[in-house]
Amino acid sequence: MGKEIVVQPVTRIEGHAKVTIQLDDAGNVSDAKVQAVELRGFEKFCIGRPVEELPRIVTSICGLCQWSHHLASAKACDAVFGVEIPPAAKKLRELANSIAFTEEHILHFYFLAGADFMMGPDADYSFRNVIGIAGKVPDLAKKVVRCRHLGARMLEILSGKSIHPVAAVPGGFSKPLRPQERDEIKSMANEVLEFAKFSIDFAKKEVFPKYLDAFDTLAVIKTGFLGTVKEDGALDLYDGILRMMSPDGVFEDFRYDQYTDYIAEHIEPWTYLKFPYMKKAGGFSMDLNDPKGVYRTNTLARLNVCDGLATPLAQKEFEEFRKTFGRPVQNTLLYHWARLIELLYNAENVVRLLDDPEIMSTEIWKKVEPRAGRGVGCVEAPRGTLIHDYETDANGMVTNVNLIAGTTHNNAAINMSVKRAAIDNIKEGKYDQGILNKVEMAIRAYDPCMSCATH
Amino acid sequence: MVRVAEEWLNVCGGCEVTILNIGEPLLDLLPSLQFVHMPLLMDHKYFGQVGEKTELEIPDAEVGIVSGGIRNEKERHVAEEMRKKCKTLIALGSCACYGGIPGLANQSPLPDLFEKVYRQSKTTEPAGDPSEGLPKLTDRVYALDEVVKVDVYIPGCPTAPELVTQTLTSLLEGKSFALPERSVCDDCPTKREKKAVTSVKRPLESPVPLTQKLEESRCFMELGYLCVGPVTKSGCGGSEKVPRCIKGYMTCRGCFGPIRKGVNPMVDMMSALSSIGLDMKLIPDRPATLQRYIGAQGRLKPLPQKR
Repeated sequence: MGKEIVVQPVTRIEGHAKVTIQLDDAGNVSDAKVQAVELRGFEKFCIGRPVEELPRIVTSICGLCQWSHHLASAKACDAVFGVEIPPAAKKLRELANSIAFTEEHILHFYFLAGADFMMGPDADYSFRNVIGIAGKVPDLAKKVVRCRHLGARMLEILSGKSIHPVAAVPGGFSKPLRPQERDEIKSMANEVLEFAKFSIDFAKKEVFPKYLDAFDTLAVIKTGFLGTVKEDGALDLYDGILRMMSPDGVFEDFRYDQYTDYIAEHIEPWTYLKFPYMKKAGGFSMDLNDPKGVYRTNTLARLNVCDGLATPLAQKEFEEFRKTFGRPVQNTLLYHWARLIELLYNAENVVRLLDDPEIMSTEIWKKVEPRAGRGVGCVEAPRGTLIHDYETDANGMVTNVNLIAGTTHNNAAINMSVKRAAIDNIKEGKYDQGILNKVEMAIRAYDPCMSCATH
Repeated sequence: MVRVAEEWLNVCGGCEVTILNIGEPLLDLLPSLQFVHMPLLMDHKYFGQVGEKTELEIPDAEVGIVSGGIRNEKERHVAEEMRKKCKTLIALGSCACYGGIPGLANQSPLPDLFEKVYRQSKTTEPAGDPSEGLPKLTDRVYALDEVVKVDVYIPGCPTAPELVTQTLTSLLEGKSFALPERSVCDDCPTKREKKAVTSVKRPLESPVPLTQKLEESRCFMELGYLCVGPVTKSGCGGSEKVPRCIKGYMTCRGCFGPIRKGVNPMVDMMSALSSIGLDMKLIPDRPATLQRYIGAQGRLKPLPQKR
């Protein structure tokens, strides 16, 4: 047996993972795996808690997409209590979700993945990071830091607490938005919108053209896709129906609470992270030449499954994207491009929601009563479809929890992408830090969060 | 230039994002700091850049920042290496200081956690516990100072950006840093009338009319909604002071941990409530609610099995 290469930790992603690459006697790749090396057990220790406390416990699954867990949890609680929340509360939740998305997508493009493109995939590792970018283009770095921070500030004004929020409650939203606060957020939102417009222009002119070849060749695999759409097929990140697309582009829509009919989770002995797969495929395989049941979530998946975007500037970008790359797009690195289109969509959506006077209503929290029940809450997290499924006893105490996070869905695809990238880039035993970084780029495209994924 | 190494253990990453949330003042701090290791933002690897070394190695640094408690053998190893290589070690956030939310796992034995996750979950095809090439989980969640010596504690879930700035600035000036021993109530804008609480209610409706401004509202605890502000360290609000959850019209759940070392917030809260004649049984899920963020250091233990 040949050499084993271990990359540890995988960096510029959230959470803990390592890549293990097995070479054969000739020095070519015979196998490659991405191993999630952490597990906290939220599904176990959420049991026994009063269900109304879960929206402020499950936030700690992720320090980056805490709003996604917070909202999925609040929605699961709404369903457990059988309450329809007031319209203004729904708008406040959607507003928070879109602000959080802008913050997240800025973070990923500029702080995490961007260095691979702006400094170069095989640049010296000590400069291939956001501090390197700050040295190279200080004005841009300043803008990035400011606009990401504005996201946090807006969420603070809106809800009191930006990381590990408390304001989405079973029955609605706890904090009303006062007119003065609305105005304050609005001016920040306009600044973020300008930056979102700049970002996609900048990427299309200065970044992506240099990597068109890599888009076509690095870590390309063929899978199905999953995302959320409105009744009319337009992208929705807070509420809607799930759309599952097979690798050839045929899709089926279903309600959140039917997810158990469509998704099963497989376990491998070498990673703490499970492998969700499409039940209807009739089995699961990560064979690069003949995969079975594998599907993807996150930005590219959402743009593949949806029929359009409800805001004008993002819709224009979406049309151009679809015309250029087709449907479904399988090129892994195009996740980055899709992410910037979503950044623009959310920045526009924030401004749209703030312009709706109903968002300042104080009718936002309906009283709920404990009861025995089951509730499935689902949102699109920046990293993909997020499902929270709770059961309670008559006193509203949690008796069962099932969670599938955005990155969990992508586990099989990430493993396949890494194997593809490793096979194509490591030949006859030749590799260096730049080549291994290209393998990691296959992971970063998915903006994975191992903490969320294993929870 | 002060060399800084940052590591995250049993975490969510919220404390790292808090460092980024310092915003523009971070850019002012950067010229005095040289980050030598930080897996979220930088590519320094444990075993050399192409995995050529046999020993885990983190570069020397004047300041080490560690978020997260310890849940597996790899995290224990990284914590020990950080201690070895860093002159001053900061425990950042309540997971590192007290175990944090993941510390709730200490209420059940480890085999039960595996049983639930890998064999008793709705969509999971049951299988054995994964273990090949994976770090073994520790028997329970440990706070950082149960494994290595800690020099500075910055609690919070997550902590406040300004506290990170203040700590780093103090260390740059050669001083230490500690939060004052104040309670959340000391910084809470709601009005206390010192009248007895008559019941303990669950937060199933708004504690106050939402047309009302926060400063005009009565103390949520006095209105009967359990708030652990009285036994929780203040600081979450930064320079604005107003506690974050209160600002969201929600009660405090204790994320900044005990007001001073050695106290027992659960006992203090219970005696305060019993002294005004309240029945403790009215608080559902008492140990985990009153010690939600501080379950390491022996505070939360496996519950007796119900028959």
